[in-house]
Amino acid sequence: MPLTIGVPREVFAGEKRVATVPEVVGKLIKLGFKVAVESGAGDLANFNDDAYREAGAEVIDSAAKLWATSDIVFKVRGPSEEEIGLLREGGALISFIWPAQNPELMQKLAAKKATVLAIDTLPRQLSRAQKMDALTSMAGISGYRAVIEAANAFGRFFNGQVTAAGKIPPAKVFIAGAGVAGLAAIGTAANLGAIVRANDTRAEVADQVVSLGGEFVKVDYEEEGSGGGGYAKVMSEGFQQAQRDMYAKQAKEVDIIITTALIPGKPAPRLISAEMVKSMKPGSVIVDMAGEQGGNCELTEPGRAVVKHGVTIIGYTDLPSRLARQSSTLYANNLLRLTEELCKTKDGIINVNMEDDAIRGLTVIKEGSITWPAPPPKLPAAPAPKAAAAAVAVKKAPAHGEASGPMSGTAAAIIFGIGALLFLLVGAYAPEKFLGHFTVFVLACFVGYMVVWNVKPALHTPLMSVTNAVSSIIAIGALVQIAPPLAGDVARPDEWIRWLSIGGIVLATINMFGGFAVTQRMLAMFRK
Amino acid sequence: MSGNLATVSYIGATILFILCLGGLSNQETARRGNLYGVIGMAIAVLATVFGPHITAAGIPWIIGAMVVGAAVGLYLARAVQMTQMPELVAFMHSMVGLAAMLVGYANFIDPAVSVGLAPAEKAIHEIEMYVGVLIGAVTFSGSVIAFGKLSGKIGGKPVLLPGRHWINLVGLLIIIYYGREFLHAVTVAQGMTPMIVMTIISLLFGVHMVMAIGGADMPVVVSMLNSYSGWAAAATGFMLSNDLLIVTGALVGSSGAILSYIMCRAMNRQFLSVIAGGFGSDSGAPAAKSGDGAAQPAGEVTPISAVETAELLREAKNVIIVPGYGMAVAQAQHIVFEITKHLRDKGVNVRFGIHPVAGRMPGHMNVLLAEAKVPYDVVFEMDELNDDFPDTDVAMVIGANDIVNPAAQEDPTSPIAGMPVLEVWKAKSSIVMKRSMASGYAGVDNPLFYKENNRMLFGDAKKMLDEVLVALMS
Repeated sequence: MPLTIGVPREVFAGEKRVATVPEVVGKLIKLGFKVAVESGAGDLANFNDDAYREAGAEVIDSAAKLWATSDIVFKVRGPSEEEIGLLREGGALISFIWPAQNPELMQKLAAKKATVLAIDTLPRQLSRAQKMDALTSMAGISGYRAVIEAANAFGRFFNGQVTAAGKIPPAKVFIAGAGVAGLAAIGTAANLGAIVRANDTRAEVADQVVSLGGEFVKVDYEEEGSGGGGYAKVMSEGFQQAQRDMYAKQAKEVDIIITTALIPGKPAPRLISAEMVKSMKPGSVIVDMAGEQGGNCELTEPGRAVVKHGVTIIGYTDLPSRLARQSSTLYANNLLRLTEELCKTKDGIINVNMEDDAIRGLTVIKEGSITWPAPPPKLPAAPAPKAAAAAVAVKKAPAHGEASGPMSGTAAAIIFGIGALLFLLVGAYAPEKFLGHFTVFVLACFVGYMVVWNVKPALHTPLMSVTNAVSSIIAIGALVQIAPPLAGDVARPDEWIRWLSIGGIVLATINMFGGFAVTQRMLAMFRK
Repeated sequence: MSGNLATVSYIGATILFILCLGGLSNQETARRGNLYGVIGMAIAVLATVFGPHITAAGIPWIIGAMVVGAAVGLYLARAVQMTQMPELVAFMHSMVGLAAMLVGYANFIDPAVSVGLAPAEKAIHEIEMYVGVLIGAVTFSGSVIAFGKLSGKIGGKPVLLPGRHWINLVGLLIIIYYGREFLHAVTVAQGMTPMIVMTIISLLFGVHMVMAIGGADMPVVVSMLNSYSGWAAAATGFMLSNDLLIVTGALVGSSGAILSYIMCRAMNRQFLSVIAGGFGSDSGAPAAKSGDGAAQPAGEVTPISAVETAELLREAKNVIIVPGYGMAVAQAQHIVFEITKHLRDKGVNVRFGIHPVAGRMPGHMNVLLAEAKVPYDVVFEMDELNDDFPDTDVAMVIGANDIVNPAAQEDPTSPIAGMPVLEVWKAKSSIVMKRSMASGYAGVDNPLFYKENNRMLFGDAKKMLDEVLVALMS
């Protein structure tokens, strides 16, 4: 009996996203599920009911009916009080939960004997979990949207221009925190033409910042800021002082500050003080993406855009929702990947396999018992940093046509020694006639060697077929034997020799004509 | 035609052959090079036919034989498909080998040649004959087996007899022993037994040698046989005291030897170990399997559909396509060209990266792409574009495996460690088209498949590329 996946309309005020999109509905059905969508669920993200119907979903009018028919519910935000009431006894729910912040919600869901997968508790360290990582996809969207919001509030171009009406300097953007959101913001701002600087307590992200077109600003203090699992940690007092000085300096110089600094399970670090805001140029913009966790800027008012000291401070907490169509699509894909993991048999039945690290991490309530927090996943032993890679110092083979490096002295001595010995033997015993041929032979080998080194690798096949054709010169050997002028009266088995020679001539001629013709055919194909 | 005139003609032919090989050094002069070869050959044959060594009685026979040979040769050249090029080349090598054998035998049974020779000269001449037939026989049987392997008539897996090196050694000793007998033989009849025994052993040796070599080493084998066919011609030249044969044989022989060397270097292997055979079946694979866990690629592969591939390609600015033998097998080169053309019209910079040992003979991929009309200025060697991968949006690997295996650089315990490879994993994303997860000829698992930025497009290369093209067009 295939299960039904239900997608209700989000009830949180201002939430425009939806947990699945028509494109993904079809793929879920292919996995064997039935899909039901509440009427109007996708309206705010520009997906209408008809689109869902076309994709094969059933559209249900009321939320109550939808929740009642659904075995598994896909949502974006955690369920409201009312929605928990609608959830079927023993049903399954997949959405953002934030179990650490919402213990009460967890208790209520547990009381419903529900199985709950919190997409935000995904063990992100697992590389195979990346395809389900909704936090990353949402953060990327937030970063992009933060720059767009900043551009909207900022009264100037981002890119520098020289116009007939005068020269416009490029905007300077400073981005605090180079996580997923920060990197997305760096890329977006750089693409708009701004000068982008960024800072992060984790020094290893500097390369990523530079790769997106930003400039990494270092804090003048030695401390490692990586807190494991790809997150940052709280830094020491000395470091924080040095960091504050750097921020104060940047605040005076730049036009736009975008802050993304978050530490898991802690209030957002206060990076931008009221004084720093005051020191900024009038018309500057601060986008504080940590608004929900209290803000990185002292003056942020979460959820609102305010103007203080002539600086617009944007503290929106719903940045992904402001790009509802995009974020819904990515979120729906993340849930689809998760569903694939849950339903490896593709028969529309889910299997919450607690042996699987990714699933174990996601599952916060299993059939009414709280299983959060999950034990840390058994990570593959971290690869020894670069030691192995360095060991394989790959010898760079000399490029084609270049002489290979001079061989070692002993090798050269041995080769010359053997060569000299050979020549000595030949010189000592071979008759004069042979020596003449031998000279020709050795010189020809050298000529061949010199000539062939210059042949391009692309032409190696034609080279082989032409040398092959040329080697049918052996026909001469057969030709001279077929009917030589006989000197004297020697009994010669003419018949045998003739047929052997004719055989040789036929074979060599096949090769001769075939080889040259096929070479010509191949070479005719090479064109610019 | 006097003897001197014939000799001068031979010198002319020699020069033309050298120019012929020299002309092959780049695409612009290659066709002229081939023409030089044809002219040189015509001069050599005509000078011989009308020269002092042939009486009028032989002319009808010669014409008859040449007409038959020419007809067969031209038919083969026309009928062959470009993907069968390696088979044809192997087949032709066997022709040269067999011809060398026949010429050697004809020379051997002709008592006229040794009339009036000093004892030392006679001994040298007999050695030349013996060696000429030996090389010819090995070339012949080796090429026949190579032909069978390349055309799929014989399995590609190396056949390893127990104690195969000992078998070869014993064979060699027998050949040397009978060589002594052969030198001591006074009459033709006495020499016949050693000659025939040696021929049989040489034929077996050729079969055994090529049977023991795996499919991935075929480029080396083909170029090695190419070299042998040259040496066979040179040996015949010594036997007949003909400088033209010696020079030409030496040219071809050294050319083949250089190609073999280039191929071996491209695989980071010693020539001897290739000849000794059995790559990927004896020492290599078990070492990889029992190796410490760290060497094993972990994680899972991410599949991709043809439609998504088309989208990736459409949005890319720089694309590098890495073709391998799989493309030749699937006959996918034409559809690859269609996709390339479509993308290039859209302003996407599409280039091809060719590994020296991609395919089954040196330069195999270049010929296939040329057949599909891919302009040669977008086809690059590995060294030319390996540094460009970090700036590449999509690297598409079509039916290749070992030549894009990062283990060669990252895992010192891997059997292919140190082999130069195309660094496709450095591209922003890579797509590997493959029929299944089976490992390549080297029998080594490929960590590329498990890389985060890699996608797998499973299926027959031609069919999948067809779908990609349809998706691109829509």
